[in-house]
Amino acid sequence: MRKIYIIILVSLIGYTTQAQDFIKNATINGSFQVDGQFYQVDDALGITDSVIGGKRIGLNGFGKITYSYGNFSAGMRYEAFLSPISGFDSRQEGSGFPNIWASYHTDMIDVTVGDFYEQFGNGLILRSYEEWTLGYDNALNGMRLVLRPMPGITIKGLYGSQRFFWTKFERDSRGIVRGLDAEVDFNSLVKKWESSKVRVIVGASGVSKYQRDTDPLYNLPENVGAFAGRVNLNVGKLGFMTEYGNKINDPSATNGFIYQDGKALLSSLSYSQRGFGVSLQMKRVQNMSFKSDRGISSNALDINFLPPINRTHAYSLTAKYPYATQPNGEMGVQFQMNYKIPKGSKLGGKYGTGIAVNFSQVNDIVRDTIDKGEPGTLGYSSDFFKVSDAIFFRDFNIDIDKKFNAKWKAVVQYMNLYYDIVTLQGHPKEDAVKAHIALADVTWSFRSDKSVRFELQNLWTKQDKGNWAAALVEYTIAPTWFFTLADQYNYGNKDKEARNHYYIISAGYIKDASRIALTYGRQSEGVLCVGGVCRQVPAASGLTVTITTSF
Amino acid sequence: MKKLFIVLTLSLLTVLSFAQEQKSISKIPAVALKTLDGKNFNTNQISNDGKPIILSFWALWCKPCQKELDAFNEHYADWQKETGVKIYAVSIDDSRSTAKVLPLVDGKSWEFEVLLDPNSDFKRAMNVNMIPHTFLLDGKGNIVSQHTSYFEGSELDLYEEIKKLAGVK
Repeated sequence: MRKIYIIILVSLIGYTTQAQDFIKNATINGSFQVDGQFYQVDDALGITDSVIGGKRIGLNGFGKITYSYGNFSAGMRYEAFLSPISGFDSRQEGSGFPNIWASYHTDMIDVTVGDFYEQFGNGLILRSYEEWTLGYDNALNGMRLVLRPMPGITIKGLYGSQRFFWTKFERDSRGIVRGLDAEVDFNSLVKKWESSKVRVIVGASGVSKYQRDTDPLYNLPENVGAFAGRVNLNVGKLGFMTEYGNKINDPSATNGFIYQDGKALLSSLSYSQRGFGVSLQMKRVQNMSFKSDRGISSNALDINFLPPINRTHAYSLTAKYPYATQPNGEMGVQFQMNYKIPKGSKLGGKYGTGIAVNFSQVNDIVRDTIDKGEPGTLGYSSDFFKVSDAIFFRDFNIDIDKKFNAKWKAVVQYMNLYYDIVTLQGHPKEDAVKAHIALADVTWSFRSDKSVRFELQNLWTKQDKGNWAAALVEYTIAPTWFFTLADQYNYGNKDKEARNHYYIISAGYIKDASRIALTYGRQSEGVLCVGGVCRQVPAASGLTVTITTSF
Repeated sequence: MKKLFIVLTLSLLTVLSFAQEQKSISKIPAVALKTLDGKNFNTNQISNDGKPIILSFWALWCKPCQKELDAFNEHYADWQKETGVKIYAVSIDDSRSTAKVLPLVDGKSWEFEVLLDPNSDFKRAMNVNMIPHTFLLDGKGNIVSQHTSYFEGSELDLYEEIKKLAGVK
C-alpha cells in the first residue's frame, strides 16, 4: 500500500514539475451560479398547498469553464433546472451540457464550432443570445467563420440550428438558420480618412431559414430569406445610425399564417458634448417575427431581435409595467436628454447636479382590412408612414441626482405612464393603466465604508391593482456586507382582501467575485423584462438563495 | 503511515497547484467591441503603458453600476495623478439602448473610456454573471483581482489595491 502511495506521489511531482506547455501556459477560468427558492404556503397571496403542487423547492444552476491557450479556446456550460424556479418555462426542466464550443482565432480569421452567440448589426434579422435571469437561450449550434481580410472589413458567415430548451435537433424537428454579414469601416479601410472627423460604417446582411412544409392545408415557403442594410455616420459630435430589415413571406403562428412580407426600421440621431447629451430614436415594425419554427408562438427560437426602445427602469415600481415589442406591428419614438449642471454654479453646487429627461411612445400601425387578416391571405396592407391612434405605451420620466456633501446624496424621479394592459399582458378587456410614479433614493454615508440607503416610492393609478407604495432600507459595509428590509404595499387595490404587503428581509456577503445572498419574504406577481424578452413572475412566498462566483 | 502519505500527497498537491496558480497568467481574451463613435475596438488593445487598468462592466438599467462609475469619476483625476490608472467601462446594453449610452456618458461627464459590448460577448468571455463586476489588471494586462457588486465606499478598497500595484504609498 505504501509503495503505491510513493509511486503516486513521485509520479505526481514529476508530472507537475515538467507539466506540459499547454497546461502551464494556458488560462482556465469560469463561473458558477445557483439560484434556489424554497416555497411556503401563504393564504393571503392565494398560495395554497395545491398551488405549490409538491414543488417545494426550485433550483436553477449553471457552471461554465473556459480553457484558452494561445489562439485556441474552448468551453462548456452545464445547466440544471431541477425543478425550475416558479415562473420559468416548464420546458426548462432538465440538466446537461447545452453549450459546448471550441474556437481558433487570429487577426485575420476566427473559426467557432459548437454552440455560439452572434448578432448582425442591431439584430433585426439575426441575434442569438442568452439571458440567465429569464431562462432565455437561443444559442446557435453549428459553425461560424469571421474573416478580416484587410483593416476595416469584417465578413461573418454561419449556419446551425437553435437551442430549444432540452429538445435535441433532429431532422425536420425545427428549422435551420444560415447567415452572412459584411461590414466596411471606411475610416480604417482608407488610410487618408483614418483621423477624419467624418466616420462612416456600412453593413449588410442576409439570413435564410429552412423548415420543411408538412402542412396539409397551406403551401408554405420552406426557405424564408431576410435582408438588412445599415449605416453608421458620425460627424464630430453628431451621430446617426439607421438599419432597415426585410423578410419575405413567412406565415407563422405568431402572425396568424398571413403571407405578406415583414419590415423593420430602426434609426437614431444623437448629439453630445461634455456635460450634455441628447438622442432621438424611432422604429417601425410590421409582421417581423422571425422564428426557426413557424409553429411556435412563445418566447423561444427567435432568429431576430426587435429592440423595444423605451427606457428600462431600475426601481421596483417604475419597472412594474414594462414594455415588450409587438412583432406584428408597432411604431415608436424615444427621446433622451442628459445634462449636468456644472460644479460651482448656483444650482450645481460643489459637485454638480445631474438631470435626465426621457420620453417614449409606441403606437399600433394602421392596417386596412382588405383581407381581414384571414390566414392564407396577405392579411392586410399598411401605409408605412401612418400611425394608428391606438397607443400601446407612453412613458415620460425625469431624474435629478445630486450629491450634497461627502455624506449625503439623493436621486429623485417622476414618471408618467400609459400602458395598454390588454395588448401588452394579454389581460381580457380592461382599461389601459394611467399612472404617476414618484420616488426618492437617499444615501447617507456616515463612515467611509458604512452607509444607509433609503428608498421611498409611490405609484398612483385608478386601473389594474390601484395604488402601490414601496419603502426600502439598506445598510452596507463596503465592500463586503449588505442587509436590506423592504416592503411593497398594494394599499389602493379595489379588492380590500388583496391589499397585501410584500415584505422582504435580505442579507448578503461578497468577497472578490463571489456573492452569497439570502432573501426571505414575498414576491409580488409581475413581469420581469431584460432586453427584449419578458417573463411572467408569479406571486411567491419563501426563501431565496443566490450563490455566484467567477474565477 | 498511510495517513501521513495521504496528508503529504494532498499538501504537496495544494502547494503545487498554488505555485501553478501564481505562475499562470490570466490575460483578458480578445473580443471585438465598439467604441462610442462606432469604431471597432478589440480588447487586446486595452493597455496603459505598464500602469494599472480598471475594467468595469455596467449597463443603463443598473443603478449600482452607475453609482460605482460616478464614484470612480469623482476620484479619477486624483487617481490618475497618483497612480496613472486607466479606467475602461464596458456597457453591456443591447441594441435597445446603445443609442442612449453616449448621451448618458457625456451627460454625466465621465472622463474614462467607454466601450460597447452589445451582445455580451466580452461579458461571457470574462465570466461575468452579475453586474457591476470590476476587474483590476496590472500593467501587463494580467487580471490581479475582481469584485462583484458595489456599495458606497467600495471604491476606496479598490484604490488601496491600485496603489499597491502601482507601488505608491
